[in-house]
Amino acid sequence: MQTAKFIKNNRLKNVVIGWSFVIVATLMICLFYFYPMIQALIMSFQSGTGTNLTFNGFDNYLRLFQDPTFIAAVKNTVVYLIVQVPVMILLALFLSVLLNNPKLRFKGFFRTAIFLPCVTSLVAYSVIFKYLFGADGLINMMLLKVNLITEPIQWLTDPFWAKIAIIVAITWRWTGYNMIFYLSSLQNIDHSIYEAAKMDGASAFQQFFKITIPMLKPIILFTSITSTIGTLQLFDEVMNITQGGPGNSTITISQYIYNLSFKYTPDFGYAATVSYAIVIMIVIFSIIQFKVAGDKK
Amino acid sequence: MSNLKRVVSYIVLTLATIISVFPFLWMIVSATNKSVDVTKGKLLPGSHFVENFNNLIETVNLIPALMNSAKISITTTILSLLIASLAGYGFEIYKSKSKDIVFNILLISMMIPFAALMVPLFRLFGTISQTVPFFGIDTLTAAVLPSVTTAFLIFFFRQSTKMFPKDILEAGRIDGLSELGVFFRIYVPTMKTTYAAAAIITFMASWNNYLWPLVVLQSPENQTIPLLISNLGSSYSPDFGIIMTAIVIATLPAALIFFIMQKHFVAGMMGSVK
Repeated sequence: MQTAKFIKNNRLKNVVIGWSFVIVATLMICLFYFYPMIQALIMSFQSGTGTNLTFNGFDNYLRLFQDPTFIAAVKNTVVYLIVQVPVMILLALFLSVLLNNPKLRFKGFFRTAIFLPCVTSLVAYSVIFKYLFGADGLINMMLLKVNLITEPIQWLTDPFWAKIAIIVAITWRWTGYNMIFYLSSLQNIDHSIYEAAKMDGASAFQQFFKITIPMLKPIILFTSITSTIGTLQLFDEVMNITQGGPGNSTITISQYIYNLSFKYTPDFGYAATVSYAIVIMIVIFSIIQFKVAGDKK
Repeated sequence: MSNLKRVVSYIVLTLATIISVFPFLWMIVSATNKSVDVTKGKLLPGSHFVENFNNLIETVNLIPALMNSAKISITTTILSLLIASLAGYGFEIYKSKSKDIVFNILLISMMIPFAALMVPLFRLFGTISQTVPFFGIDTLTAAVLPSVTTAFLIFFFRQSTKMFPKDILEAGRIDGLSELGVFFRIYVPTMKTTYAAAAIITFMASWNNYLWPLVVLQSPENQTIPLLISNLGSSYSPDFGIIMTAIVIATLPAALIFFIMQKHFVAGMMGSVK
């Protein structure tokens, strides 16, 4: 009896200790992630200025589909996504394959140099790129000097080129980051597989698409999901390079939420509705990517 | 490897290196030049760094902004590491079914975009402002709190704890250490590299954080470095020498920490995706 009671007390004590280790983190995440998330859901059915909110049913959600700025923001975000993410992932894969060559020299130097952009803050590099891409900025100056163009490109004031400038900037910042992931997984692939393929007469392209890509599938999925989530949340770059202009041609959903809440007359209810649009997009794109990765088995 | 392939590899990698490094070099070189020279496209270092630095300190509150960023980043890093490592350890060492469910729910928070949290958080801190001024809008505390606990860091510590040799914990208990004693006296010292990696990730994220400080810190004396740089960058008649000097100074702490602890950082990122 005595021992049974002791064991029971001991087990209870262990349960209490176990939970006390995790309780602070759990409460903090509930308070700063899940509580605001529920708040945002409630607010997305409300309308009004500042803190004076009243319920108005699905009006905010109906407004979304007739809101030209929201539609522009979604379009821009999708363009960034379908152009930038695949380009960056292929580029990172290509560079990591080159760096994985055992006979290559100065590997450490190349790796560090290509990873370097990840050390900069998003704001700092955005400001640098804003000046590089200025009408009389360094990039135009160089392109003119080598006669690639005859007159300066209006990088930041032309709707098409402004998007390109943003895409170039993000690619510069994140390619090295993704490359490091691929490089570490490549190092786990046994080199004899490539040797065997070479003996069988497989070309470099065949080796890349038949061995490297399938072997790296889980990590490619991981990087494409994190890059997608990152792109859907794009804010710092657009805010600091183009401010969303010219004429909303580079505005992103995050920046629109910021404008709705803190720049225009505050409309927290509608801003919350727009923010749920990002949540839904993240869920949809993640499911698509899981499906695509799963089907290729 | 054929010679042609080798030459192509070196050319591609050299090109990638130039593109990656060039904006950095330009930023550093520009910080040593006068604004006029930067606009003319001068690519050689000049001798105006001290002058730019003095002008910078005179025109903006650089030192207070650096202090604010340091206060926020150091506090966030210390609290983050403590809370997340306790949780990661707790979820793994005192494993139970109900704890696994809670852990999986916490992981969902990684999918929530910050833009969706921004407005409700702003209102939350607005409400707090009315009762406890020290914790409300436009305080450094408000800038710290929402980013202190991330599911990613808990996940990171839990993954590392899986590799931790658990026999020593039992030995510690037999020697009469309390559960917290076991954690602080045995676990923390043996997991130094994990803590180092987590510290780099958290410090860099906090030092470079922009959106939440932009929303919650409104008065100029509470500005952080990214807010200051952003304001400088949006001026109509930019002095490039001054701006580039500010960017160099802002990038330095994060870059230094990164280079000193580069090995741990890469190891830390690897641990997170295994």
